[in-house]
Amino acid sequence: MAWQWFHRLGSPRWFYQKTSGWLPWLALVSIVLLAAGTVWGLGFAPEDAKQGNSYRIIFIHVPAAFLALAGYYIMAISGAIGLIWKMKLSFAVMRAAAPIGAVLTFISLFTGAVWGKPTWGTYWVWDARITSMLILLFLYIGVMALSQAVSREQVADKASALLALVGTVNIPIIYKSVDWWFTLHQPATIRLTESSSIDPSMFYPLLIMIIGFYCLYAWTLLTHTRTLLLRREIRTQWAQQELAGEN
Amino acid sequence: MHPVRKQRLILILVLVALSSAAVGFVTYAMRENMDYFYAPSAFAAGEVPFEKRIRAGGCVVPGSVQRAGNSLDVQFVITDGEAELAVVFDKILPDLFAEGEAAVISGQLMQSGIMRADQVLAKHDENYTPPEVAESMVSQKGCTDGAKI
Repeated sequence: MAWQWFHRLGSPRWFYQKTSGWLPWLALVSIVLLAAGTVWGLGFAPEDAKQGNSYRIIFIHVPAAFLALAGYYIMAISGAIGLIWKMKLSFAVMRAAAPIGAVLTFISLFTGAVWGKPTWGTYWVWDARITSMLILLFLYIGVMALSQAVSREQVADKASALLALVGTVNIPIIYKSVDWWFTLHQPATIRLTESSSIDPSMFYPLLIMIIGFYCLYAWTLLTHTRTLLLRREIRTQWAQQELAGEN
Repeated sequence: MHPVRKQRLILILVLVALSSAAVGFVTYAMRENMDYFYAPSAFAAGEVPFEKRIRAGGCVVPGSVQRAGNSLDVQFVITDGEAELAVVFDKILPDLFAEGEAAVISGQLMQSGIMRADQVLAKHDENYTPPEVAESMVSQKGCTDGAKI
């Protein structure tokens, strides 16, 4: 059957054993990329003509914001797959993605505020981009809270998946807010369809940081999902064996 | 796909579509409040109330900044390429405030048509360039491209 691979993916045991070999590689690649990107971006990239050195926050701010948005889709789509196929693994991915996304959203809001003070002259304004980003943080926290609030795991899974799915409407709003409305936040610098308005000497370290953040995200998400799976399946034989083997 | 799963998939798509539509209608209804500031052409069109706290945004017209000799008082003109708005301010301007750059101003529109600002924020553009590259492009500086806000 065409769907067989998909159903096998839903087996927590299969997933747990399959991914254990990936973790060291993901860890290695993300640490190397993040170290290289940080040293290049902070030490060797030229300073900006107008902002001076304060622009260097872009090397954390932009990758964190990228992953905060992409991670929301990962969380919502996992929730949808869980609802449609009743897949335990998928709900575990959804639960694991929520705190990681919340941290990334907080990082982008915090670094933005730190950068905003010297650049704009204020830490915070209620423009469309920044406010919709704050709503994203609340959505992540909402999914986290809802998944903990109900003691019956299956009910909690369904409720949080529905909240995550309803919240997806916020993602295109965040992304397009700087184009649709007048905001204090500037429009996108990196564009897929037209040339980016950033000098190549600054773009390459930024690109390395973005790829590094993607690897870091995958690493963290897998690690957290595996922990959640073990906790859910603690009574099964395979989980007991894995725990015994690791200690 | 199993019919039950197909039905759940359709239900989820409907849920996402309906919630998106709901949020879309709300933002559309509030579209006038979604903008963080008014453009100078909105002032010219008389859309901005007098003596109420509002915000204006635009490109600072090169050569328009005039500083008083013995105080912090400063006046300048902002534009969106269609209309201009005169602004007076009596506090310290942010470091990145400059002629030919965008700024967002909070304050009140006086009956005279001049805006009295109580806060001026510099609006950074999306361009990142090293100093050497920027020096070779100085001739492009200005408010020519209208949409520079």
